[in-house]
Amino acid sequence: MRWKRLAFGDRVMVVMIYSFLILLSFTALYPFWNALVVSLNVGIDTAKGGITVWPRAFTLDNYKIVTNDDNLLNAFLISIYRTVAGTVLAIFMTALLAYGMTKTYLMGRQGYMVFFVFTMYFGGGLIPTFLLIRSLGLFDSFLVYIIPSLISVWNMIIFRTFFKGLPAGLEESAQIDGCSNWGVFFRIILPLSGPILATLGLFTAVAHWNDWFVPSIYILNEDLLPVQTVLRRLLNANIRDLSGLDSGSLSRIQNSQQFTTRSLVSATMMVVSLPIILVYPFLQKYFVKGVMIGSLKE
Amino acid sequence: MSEAATRKTIAGPSPQSRPRKKSALHRLWKQMDVQLMVWPGILLIFVFSYIPMYGVLTAFMDYNIFTAHRIFENPWVGFKHFEAFFDAPNFWQIMRNTVVISLLKFVIGFPAPIILALMLNEVRHMVFKRVVQTITYLPHFMSWVIVGGLVMSLLSADNGSVNILLKGVGAIDEPINFLSIKDYFWTILISTNVWKEIGFSSIVYLAAIAGVDQHMYEAADIDGASKFKQIYLITLPSIMPVIIIFMVLAMGNLLNAGFEDILIIAENPLLRPVADVIDVYVYRIGLQNQKYSFAVAVGLFKAVISVGLLTMANYLARRAGSSLW
Repeated sequence: MRWKRLAFGDRVMVVMIYSFLILLSFTALYPFWNALVVSLNVGIDTAKGGITVWPRAFTLDNYKIVTNDDNLLNAFLISIYRTVAGTVLAIFMTALLAYGMTKTYLMGRQGYMVFFVFTMYFGGGLIPTFLLIRSLGLFDSFLVYIIPSLISVWNMIIFRTFFKGLPAGLEESAQIDGCSNWGVFFRIILPLSGPILATLGLFTAVAHWNDWFVPSIYILNEDLLPVQTVLRRLLNANIRDLSGLDSGSLSRIQNSQQFTTRSLVSATMMVVSLPIILVYPFLQKYFVKGVMIGSLKE
Repeated sequence: MSEAATRKTIAGPSPQSRPRKKSALHRLWKQMDVQLMVWPGILLIFVFSYIPMYGVLTAFMDYNIFTAHRIFENPWVGFKHFEAFFDAPNFWQIMRNTVVISLLKFVIGFPAPIILALMLNEVRHMVFKRVVQTITYLPHFMSWVIVGGLVMSLLSADNGSVNILLKGVGAIDEPINFLSIKDYFWTILISTNVWKEIGFSSIVYLAAIAGVDQHMYEAADIDGASKFKQIYLITLPSIMPVIIIFMVLAMGNLLNAGFEDILIIAENPLLRPVADVIDVYVYRIGLQNQKYSFAVAVGLFKAVISVGLLTMANYLARRAGSSLW
């Protein structure tokens, strides 16, 4: 639609829409930008006020503390282990289940399906799950990050829909050549499922990376806490009592008098968001597709 | 010889029952490879989804984590915990918070992405559109911890941007500690939720809009319909089925007022009178105060109402032409 051909009322509307969208984008971006600026500014200088879109007393000291802290580094590694192991295993188990569920001759298939779908609408809730995890011995164990979330019924349905859409001929010819069902799964199905594996894998990975709640209720051992849970503790901590940081960082913070909780927390937030921001371009390529597959199921 | 007996002789002994049973087992054995793909998933779902459902029985017991090794060693107490919840001094407060927060989320959070999608659809400048989309989708992928940290930083009484702005325009003299004042909590909670999800939720509606027949707009242009009229009379009615499906889904969720967002934003105990919703209350009473049975009862009460809402939502969905199950 050419601007010149627009009626006056339409022009007003187009201007309003563009202005609103610019304002919305600014609102979406500003909190991140402001946190970045605060993280790059000397803590006690930020406390004097006026820090909004540009640092006044530029420093990298906040990042030096955060990236040299052993506790944070450990938490970071836990997050990475958990994200990688949790995602790979969950995607594999869910895809395997989904492939089995595509076989129309599978005995009990309809019953299985009801069994799975039922759990999408009903569950035991927080406390019974908590008591179960305790009695299974998963309490205070790294495995609590991995095992309970191995199967996602939602993802299973999406996988199943995708597998059903794959050309049946490939599978049949492989079977004629003597390939077993497991062989077909590994050699034909998985290699053909790149886009869906990427989409669901990325969503699963983001969920693992972002989870802070599971560790906050099931993990007591500080060495097993992921970075999100440690960050949440820092958010509510006082500068004199930054539980979560190691003793070396604490003494450096006490000695220099330059740091505030806000400046250190901002730097930590930036470091924690970095992996998401790095995978975001890949995410964006896939998630529109993912959302569409998800809603097609409805 | 009767006919039946003749047939029996021809077909051999008991043609119906035995061999068929054997063949069912045989069939199962033959497809064991596929069954083995499915069984681990069944086991996991059974353990982590079905056993907790059975654990809901503790709502009718006095569950003691130290003495009871098996669930049925706990004494049955009937509806004691439910009655205790209904009589609790904060029962009505919790119900009000749950209903008000979820209604606010629905009334504001549901139409917002639709409006955004309609606006984005009017943008003809593709680069601009792409940039706006990229920016507004991003908050969806951030954890509530990060979002909570950003909110705390922005609203901080210690030179947060909002206080700097308000002071700058002369609206206030002293900084306001927004996150400790009850009156602001609902506004902050709802805005943060809309801020986080508006972009991502708009994807579905944008896709629906992309499916609208472009000839209708051309015809409307020739007839001289304004842009606003085109949106109102063509786009909206065309995507109405999608809107209705998502509205029905949202209605089934009406008691899920939120959990992670409230736990993080309402960290300050002063906010409990406005921030305690059922799920948060279950968490605090159950896991922090370890009154397990009471908390399970509260959770079960919510689940029962939710099932009612879901059934109602599904009934409405059927009438609108698409069932949830």
